Amino acid sequence: MNHLPEAWGRPRDDIYGAYDHQYVSASNPNQHTTSPVVTGTSVVALKYNGGVVIAADNLASYGSLARFTNVERLKQVGSHTVVGASGDVSDMQFLFDEQLEQLIISEEYQNDGHHLRAKHIYSYLSRVMYHRRSKFNPLWNVLLVAGWDDGKPFLASTDLLGTTFSGPALASGFGAHLAIPLLRRVCPDEAAVANITREQAISVIEECMKVLFYRDARSMNKYSMSIISGEGDKVEIEHRKDIQLKQQSWKFAESIRGYGAQVV
Amino acid sequence: MFRNNYDNDSVTFSPQGRIFQVEYALEAIKQGSAAVGLVSNTHAVLIALKRNAEELGSYQKKIIGIDTHLGVALAGLAPDARVLSNFMRQQSMSSRFLYNRPVPVARVVNAIADKAQVNTQHYGRRPYGVGLLVAGVDETGPHLWEFQPSGMVLEYRGAAIGARSQSAKTYLERNYESFGDATREELVLHGLTALRDTLAQDKELTTANVSLAIVGKDEKFKLYDGDEVAEWLEKLGNTQSSRGSRGAAAAPPAPEAAAPAGDSMDVDA
Repeated sequence: MNHLPEAWGRPRDDIYGAYDHQYVSASNPNQHTTSPVVTGTSVVALKYNGGVVIAADNLASYGSLARFTNVERLKQVGSHTVVGASGDVSDMQFLFDEQLEQLIISEEYQNDGHHLRAKHIYSYLSRVMYHRRSKFNPLWNVLLVAGWDDGKPFLASTDLLGTTFSGPALASGFGAHLAIPLLRRVCPDEAAVANITREQAISVIEECMKVLFYRDARSMNKYSMSIISGEGDKVEIEHRKDIQLKQQSWKFAESIRGYGAQVV
Repeated sequence: MFRNNYDNDSVTFSPQGRIFQVEYALEAIKQGSAAVGLVSNTHAVLIALKRNAEELGSYQKKIIGIDTHLGVALAGLAPDARVLSNFMRQQSMSSRFLYNRPVPVARVVNAIADKAQVNTQHYGRRPYGVGLLVAGVDETGPHLWEFQPSGMVLEYRGAAIGARSQSAKTYLERNYESFGDATREELVLHGLTALRDTLAQDKELTTANVSLAIVGKDEKFKLYDGDEVAEWLEKLGNTQSSRGSRGAAAAPPAPEAAAPAGDSMDVDA
């Protein structure tokens, strides 16, 4: 160490040569995350007449590399809610393992008969997301919050800007383009929810996961699904893990033209 | 000669295990005029007796709305109640903003209890000189809590604080079993009857000195003052103090306004 504090913590000039001040330069603005690193792809969810079905695959990609193939992107929060996250996986882990875990511990610790339900957790998450974007340090995710609230199914979305909206069928990422049209075939509006059964909802979500695997190069053939079902004040959440895509048919691939090995 | 050496601050125990500053704070509540609270299965009601320092002055505010589902009645130092109620309003706002949820009554009550308790444990601080009745409705139904400056909070079906509140408590104790199934109107009349029992001799409940607040499962917190309580006093019928009268003619004007008016540290003015 020498007597110049600005030299502390840096490679010694006499050993490594003069320090290149472009590495840490006070004249450049500080930058937080400007793009996600390890990412999860779509989350899809659909309301039905007794709850909500939500699904996300188990892949975490490092760029286009399928880096981790056993990542859970759905988290049950409290007894009424499941949150699904796409986007940056480390930000997702921060939200799931630090924030939401602590939130539920401090809520339940009071032991006074009050519980955070889906709309409360959704509100909390949207505030966290907006707070972080206002610090110019966003959590790079799109979150779907599914649950049972006030005797009705609940489904809403928030993202890295803190944008909020709800709907009877929602999907994030690639799913926002590919799955939403499929979901809207059975559920064009809020009123249609009353006619969708649990089995129907599950099979539509399964279909979406399959189509997404066909066309989304950041997806994989193994996924998790949570089924939130409620009646009055009672809620039951079923978690299905390690679901393998069934009955795939790659016939359609033959008709794809424009890229790949084939000559048009 | 016989000065109390153990009441200089709130951190010194007396040899008998008492903290005099806290006990004095509890005395301040008794100096304030009475407030009564009751709960049924559907409603919570606060009723308070307002005092005016002198004929020409206004009446001291006794009930403070916190949120659409919550309010407090106070007895003791009004400025201290202001501090606490402002804090409760903040808690209420942040609960709505962060969780989109009206703050649960027990949570906000425990929050002010924690604040008050800290004051009993630090040198150079003083306890709040005010007692509160907190009435509100949340997901677990209507609630009534009593808050004391010692940091103690208790939930009640019926409670009374302030001057001569023992008489109101006696009435509540004799009738509390019917509160649960009582209608909104019955509950208010129980409250008014209890408050009437706290009246000093030759005094009566009037539209000027009664404050009333109602909150219900499907009814937002509302404070009724002045002419708005006239219909309730009519339903009550007899508004006179039931304490043995010495005859209105013979009774000298009560010298209770002896305290200097307008001092903000006055107890309820």
